[in-house]
Amino acid sequence: MKGSGARRAGEAVEISGLTKSFGSVRAVDGLEMVARPGAVTGFLGPNGAGKTTTFRMLLGLVAPDSGTATIGGRSYADLAHPTTVVGAALESAGFHPGRSALDHLLTYAPFAGVDRRRCEEMLAQVGLSEAADRRVGGFSTGMRQRLALASALLGDPQVLVLDEPANGLDPEGIVWLRTFLRHLAHERGRTVLVSSHVLAEVQASVDDVVVIAHGRLVHESSLADLVALASPQVRVVTPDRAGFAQLVADNDWKVEVAEGDLLISGASAAQVGAAAFRAGLEIHGLAEESGSLEDVFLRLTRGPEQQP
Amino acid sequence: MTAALRAEIRKVLTTRMWWLLALVLFGYLAFLGAVMAFSLTTDPSAVSSSLGTVDKLDGLTIAKTVDTLAVSLGYVFPLVIGALSFAGEFRHQTISPTFLAEPRRGVVLVAKLAGGAMLGAAYGVVGTAGAVLGGLPFLLVKGDGAHLDDRGVLADLVFSVLAMAIWCVIGVGLGTLITNQVASIVVILAFTQFVEPVLRIGLTSVDRLAEAQKFLPGAAAEALAGSSLYSTTGVVTLLDRGWGAVVLLAYAGLFALLGRYTTLRRDIS
Repeated sequence: MKGSGARRAGEAVEISGLTKSFGSVRAVDGLEMVARPGAVTGFLGPNGAGKTTTFRMLLGLVAPDSGTATIGGRSYADLAHPTTVVGAALESAGFHPGRSALDHLLTYAPFAGVDRRRCEEMLAQVGLSEAADRRVGGFSTGMRQRLALASALLGDPQVLVLDEPANGLDPEGIVWLRTFLRHLAHERGRTVLVSSHVLAEVQASVDDVVVIAHGRLVHESSLADLVALASPQVRVVTPDRAGFAQLVADNDWKVEVAEGDLLISGASAAQVGAAAFRAGLEIHGLAEESGSLEDVFLRLTRGPEQQP
Repeated sequence: MTAALRAEIRKVLTTRMWWLLALVLFGYLAFLGAVMAFSLTTDPSAVSSSLGTVDKLDGLTIAKTVDTLAVSLGYVFPLVIGALSFAGEFRHQTISPTFLAEPRRGVVLVAKLAGGAMLGAAYGVVGTAGAVLGGLPFLLVKGDGAHLDDRGVLADLVFSVLAMAIWCVIGVGLGTLITNQVASIVVILAFTQFVEPVLRIGLTSVDRLAEAQKFLPGAAAEALAGSSLYSTTGVVTLLDRGWGAVVLLAYAGLFALLGRYTTLRRDIS
């Protein structure tokens, strides 16, 4: 038996070979991924990529066709007091519209073994103290997100699983959420797994990224490695396409045509300019463009058949 | 288990539905109690036109009929609030956090059944109190008394509460089978207000099927309560109390089991 003290060390989320079909649609297809303690992991993919289904399988709400999803080596259903190990907020997480925010937390408090004071503290933590006795039916999306987060935190869990937590939050709320999640992961060693369909939304808060498309893993790395994929490109405006094709080939760069201009990757603007000068090529415009993470994200998720 | 039960009780008490329904139940049965007590203590020839030939009822039978009105006519209330236990959670998608807090779905079901029994008993007390209080003035003034010191009458009161408790448990089971909240309420209203009354009277008029109506849930509940508007007016006969309890509990168990192995096994998405 592990005591509650022993559980204080972080628990990793591990997903292996996870597969689920709905009819003929394969929602999740042999997914492999890990979210480690002490880090915020962004679970990214376009809408319909299988993020929510993956979370629901991890949380025991949906039965996988095959594969496993575990928290600290155990499946959700095997956790004795699951809400003290995993705090989850799902996108369609339900609230009874006629129940007040505090009553909502009190309803789930017995499972987490916490009292009214803890419920009030959690409301304070997410900035809902003022709304504690108001019925959820009148809440904005942002307030619901905060309440969902308060519910997830109720049992002081080691692992937080949040489905699109930034949806509906105002910019101030997003900054607050980012700071809060990073604090939980970095200072308190928690495992934080956050899904999003907008990379930019989580770019500032995640340490690791897992990108899925069509239910399959297409990229898993640190955020830094993902950023490195977004290598800068040099935009060249020139009438001499043939000359530049030769130049690119000679230097082992890559080139593509975009809006009539050339986009050269593998070199800086200075290198391209110098080489063109030496080769006597005519240039009307030369600019370095930082690669956008969003482009990388789109490239990764465009289609699994185009991925290695 | 205690955590799940406490959570279920809080779920009920933190929304307004339970006391709104209880209030309506009380008012409805106080009204019916008054009307029935008035009618039954009035010259029977006035009653016989609508309910067949009725001999003049003795005061005790009248008291028992009035006191068990909650089970005869008010059971739709515990049935509905019971059905909302699951159907309401599917309606508001709170079923996800519920199963996150307690992944053992059988435990959630048992907690809801137990919570339903408690809530149903409370409704039984409210409804029976309404019927008794509504009928009291007429029984005292026009009839020959309320007979509240009679052991048979007291037993009817207690078993009425028990029958209402089981109705609520049946409702919980029904809510697992018909998880659409609107559909479950429509089915309950259609069955209790139309299908079953018609079946009971219809089956009674066919000799070979007359026995079958005793096993309908409404008839079984009245048998458990010990008296009923239908039987005292000579329209139908009932099982004895013990068998009434068995049949009613069998419905509760059947619905809960069916729900456990259908709805509660499915993916929650």
